[in-house]
Amino acid sequence: MAEPAIRLTSVSKRFGGVQALDSVDFAVDAGEVHCLAGENGCGKSTIIKIVTGVYQPDPGARIELFGEVVEKVTPQEARARGIAVIWQDLALFPEMTVAENIAFETMLGNRPRRVSYPAMRKRAVAALARLDVDLDLDARLNTLPIAQRQVVAIARALVSDARLIFMDEPTASLTQSETDALLDVVRKLSARGVAVVFVSHRLAEVLDISSRVTVFRDGRLVGVYPTEGMTQGRLTELMTGKHFETTVAARDVTGPPVLEVQGLTRQGEYADVSFTLHAGEVLGLTGLIGAGRSELGHTLFGMSRADAGQVLLDGKPVRFPSNRAAVDAGIAYVSEDRLSLGLIQPQSIADNTVMAVLKRITSGGLISPAKKAALVDHWIRELAVKIGEPTDAVSTLSGGNQQRVVLAKWLATEPRVLILDSPTVGVDVGARAGIFRIVRQLAETGLAILLISDEATEVLANADRVLHMAGGRILGEYDPRETTLQGLEAAIYA
Amino acid sequence: MHSFLRNYPTEAKLLAVLVVICAALSSASPSFLTLVNFTDLLNNNAVNVIWAVGLVVVLIAGGIDISFAVAASVVQYLCVFVFGWIGGGNWAIGFVVAGVLGISLGLINAFLIHQFRIISIVVTIATFNAFFGLLMFFSSGRFLYNLPGWWSDRLILWEYETSGGTWAEIRLPVVVMVVAMFATWALIRHTTTGRQLYAFGDNPEGARRAGINIALMQAIAFGWMGMMAGIGGLMQSHITREVVPNALYGRELEVLAAVVLGGARLGGGRGSVLGCFLGVALIAVTQNGLNLMGVSPYAFKMVVGLTILIAISMSNLDFSAMTAPKRRDL
Amino acid sequence: MTRLRNALGGEVLGLIGFLILVVILFGLTAPRFLTAANFGSIAFQLPELGLLTLAMLIPIISGGLNLAIVFTANIAGLTLAWVLNTHGGVDAGFEWFVVGSLGALIVGALAGMVMGLVIAYTGAHPILVSLAMMIFLRGLGEFLTKGGDISGFPDYLRPLGHGLILGIPVPLILFAVAAFVWHILLTRTRHGFAATMIGSNIRAAAYSGIHTKRTLTLIYTLSGLMCAVAGILMVARFNSVRVGHGEALLLVTVLACFLGGVDPFGGFGRVVPVVIALIVLQALSSGLNLLGANQHLSTAVWGLFLIGVMVLRWVAAQIPKRRKG
Repeated sequence: MAEPAIRLTSVSKRFGGVQALDSVDFAVDAGEVHCLAGENGCGKSTIIKIVTGVYQPDPGARIELFGEVVEKVTPQEARARGIAVIWQDLALFPEMTVAENIAFETMLGNRPRRVSYPAMRKRAVAALARLDVDLDLDARLNTLPIAQRQVVAIARALVSDARLIFMDEPTASLTQSETDALLDVVRKLSARGVAVVFVSHRLAEVLDISSRVTVFRDGRLVGVYPTEGMTQGRLTELMTGKHFETTVAARDVTGPPVLEVQGLTRQGEYADVSFTLHAGEVLGLTGLIGAGRSELGHTLFGMSRADAGQVLLDGKPVRFPSNRAAVDAGIAYVSEDRLSLGLIQPQSIADNTVMAVLKRITSGGLISPAKKAALVDHWIRELAVKIGEPTDAVSTLSGGNQQRVVLAKWLATEPRVLILDSPTVGVDVGARAGIFRIVRQLAETGLAILLISDEATEVLANADRVLHMAGGRILGEYDPRETTLQGLEAAIYA
Repeated sequence: MHSFLRNYPTEAKLLAVLVVICAALSSASPSFLTLVNFTDLLNNNAVNVIWAVGLVVVLIAGGIDISFAVAASVVQYLCVFVFGWIGGGNWAIGFVVAGVLGISLGLINAFLIHQFRIISIVVTIATFNAFFGLLMFFSSGRFLYNLPGWWSDRLILWEYETSGGTWAEIRLPVVVMVVAMFATWALIRHTTTGRQLYAFGDNPEGARRAGINIALMQAIAFGWMGMMAGIGGLMQSHITREVVPNALYGRELEVLAAVVLGGARLGGGRGSVLGCFLGVALIAVTQNGLNLMGVSPYAFKMVVGLTILIAISMSNLDFSAMTAPKRRDL
Repeated sequence: MTRLRNALGGEVLGLIGFLILVVILFGLTAPRFLTAANFGSIAFQLPELGLLTLAMLIPIISGGLNLAIVFTANIAGLTLAWVLNTHGGVDAGFEWFVVGSLGALIVGALAGMVMGLVIAYTGAHPILVSLAMMIFLRGLGEFLTKGGDISGFPDYLRPLGHGLILGIPVPLILFAVAAFVWHILLTRTRHGFAATMIGSNIRAAAYSGIHTKRTLTLIYTLSGLMCAVAGILMVARFNSVRVGHGEALLLVTVLACFLGGVDPFGGFGRVVPVVIALIVLQALSSGLNLLGANQHLSTAVWGLFLIGVMVLRWVAAQIPKRRKG
């Protein structure tokens, strides 16, 4: 039995009326690679914040860090004992340089001290060397791509000589090669006795390098399992407490072509893209992040303009000067970034729903409250959105219900073509099936749907045809009924 | 040079604009590029720079302060009474008293912002009204001329008779300005506290999770601003030899314009001492040039406003976006 | 009670409570407070600040600020004064008042539009843009008037500034109409809807097909237009135009908006609570005035009052947390 790095016993935490954690236990061994799995809101983030001293647990908890019982954990205390977190939002400082971000630790403390830039650079260089990566230390962080910022966040954790690193959804924004590089780093850390805890609800890529997985559900501990023989399917069942069948929904679509893309090219984003999307079809578009999928979606939605090639809508060439023109022509786009682009979080569910169809609820130049209420009511019922009041802020809803509001907003525009860009990001496994049921029903009514996703399982299960995109080009087309997951993944990760 | 352009793009652009304006003015008016004019510019704008370097610290930490100019008036007024009460005083006492009074007023802002989670623009607009109203009420708007001699006597620290017989001189406020600039530069560039201020303004949640003391950050930012406000007020009275309760009313917005022109960002995380100086300099040089060219003083502000408007429009336009294919135009 | 609360919003009830408190307090201490004359004077003083506050309101809701409102009003007033003075001064015909007012409205809207265009198309911060516009307009005004007053207007302007219709002061009627138009604009028009959404998240609004640049331009144009209305009223009330007149009101308008529960970050704000906040401020000011204090003490009390209200809102936000926790 390895020595425990941390051991938490009967940890509870209440926020107002919500029991975020209900007497859970959690332990990680030294040098272990551990997974902490659970759906959004299961208490994963709460427990990290308790271990790192951001929150204090309710009375009765016992926290043991590296063999010592600690009465009150503060952020300083946790850091001093070698606990580091790489937050999902990275918690970096975009206006500061790479070196400052990595060696930020050296600038903490209430007593002012002189900043030694050479010493800071030295530490940053050392940390980056341990990761075997090379970054411009004087570049401002906001000039770097997201993946490199993630590297900076990891380097920052290494600077503090961490003995336990939490990684909160670390692979969410990484491409496959970047993920591989990250896993490589994790192996090196583990070999040196540093424990790593992956916190995620999408663990396929990290299951094989970790030894155990702890599953939380609704603030309670479900259990701790060896990863030997654990599958994504089994894990999903443990996380949701439900059993899912994966079936292939694909069928032959005979509808007329709605959207034809011919040789579409945009310098530096995608090249020579051609495909046809039929009425009633769900066309999957998969590939790694950076393959040009979302960029293509942006052009189709009129947010950017192609350099060459053309787009036909119902056989007629179209060229949108803005996304408003695209909406008017019947194209809708569900953004991958629901939090900051898909919805206006602090505003009401009703306002978010009617945002794209203001003309339709206006009579005599004024917005009609009756028409507005009727429209909102219709879509909430149609898409079975679970809400309190339509006047509640949309931020009060769960990820799945928020995505339904996004769908409602676009469906209200009565689109011909619906582009779904990673529609299940941040949506619980259990709620995903519900989203795809709606997608399927929409296709049945004749809507042409382009489903962009980097999850091969998702497109295989839900699309009628699948296009594989890499390096800005379409490399292949697959029929889900004749393709195995392994086959598609082999092509994607090739 | 390369890293200066990259890390201080606004400052670099501003410097270029300033050089162009100076070049144009020196060819348009022979009296522009003279030592006397240069020292006059410094003497007349030292107080604005002192306030600017105070304000930039608040902006870096993600706040804004509307109240500092009236706070400076309050400090001036209180100073007169404190000096009268202790029977005169001297420069050392003067700096300490003005600094401490200023810091106290700044800490009132910091306390309200931190304790009650009110954003700084609301708090400082409220304290602006409270400070100004109370000052005008208690002073009844009366001017004070009975300043101690050490305070009102002109202090020339360096002088030089030019060939034309005019004197170029550097007065006390310029030296105080240099010290204030240096101290602020040292604080924000070379102390851990200063870097924490940047980090806090840049990403408050990230700073909180890293364990930065938020209350301390607010106290330092607004305390520093308050100290500069107080010392700037002391210098202002030294120059004008009087205390006029409403003399500084409205200066806050001019200084704010200069600081933001100098690259500080409303919203935090960006700003530099050099930028403050250049921002104040751009406005001062423009006015000075117009004056030398014989433009009516009434037209000054108009041109200054127009200059700022054009400068911010230019500095916010991304010229690379005009040549490269348009990316996301919404 | 809860239905009433929902309909009016918590801030309205709170502000009405404050208003009642202020009225009772001054009613007891200042004998002339509860008189028709006093209410009349409040009614005549309120509209000037009120119109400027409306001009400030929409930019704040959209996540910005318009620091140029007072000088926009001055320049608009100057336009009217210039038209009247060049067409006979005190003898100018009524048609010249109409022409002058139209000119004032156009000038105000134009000043706003320039700001809106710069903000929308360069992405510059509204505080800075409007600050530059404020400095420019002040300079322009001082250049044109050489810092002096312009006066000598026809007599028919008097009723606009001082007259009564059915016992109600004309300026108050003007303000009520303006406030009503603003209320409808914000709650019932596509533009108002877009302005609110932009205030919360401009990029998400653009993704949803809202024409953000046009909306921003229109927001500041409308703000400028409302400034012009205030400017015309100021001409009528003071029978003179001086650049810088009303300068002290600039930050008071921001104060009134915050007091009326407008979110300083944008996205939330309603006309009704702001109007009540204005009444509270005027009542405070006139009550203090009757007790022998001057306008400066009122200014101080306004500032302290805003702090007090913000602190109370903080306290109110703490209570439910405690109870649940």
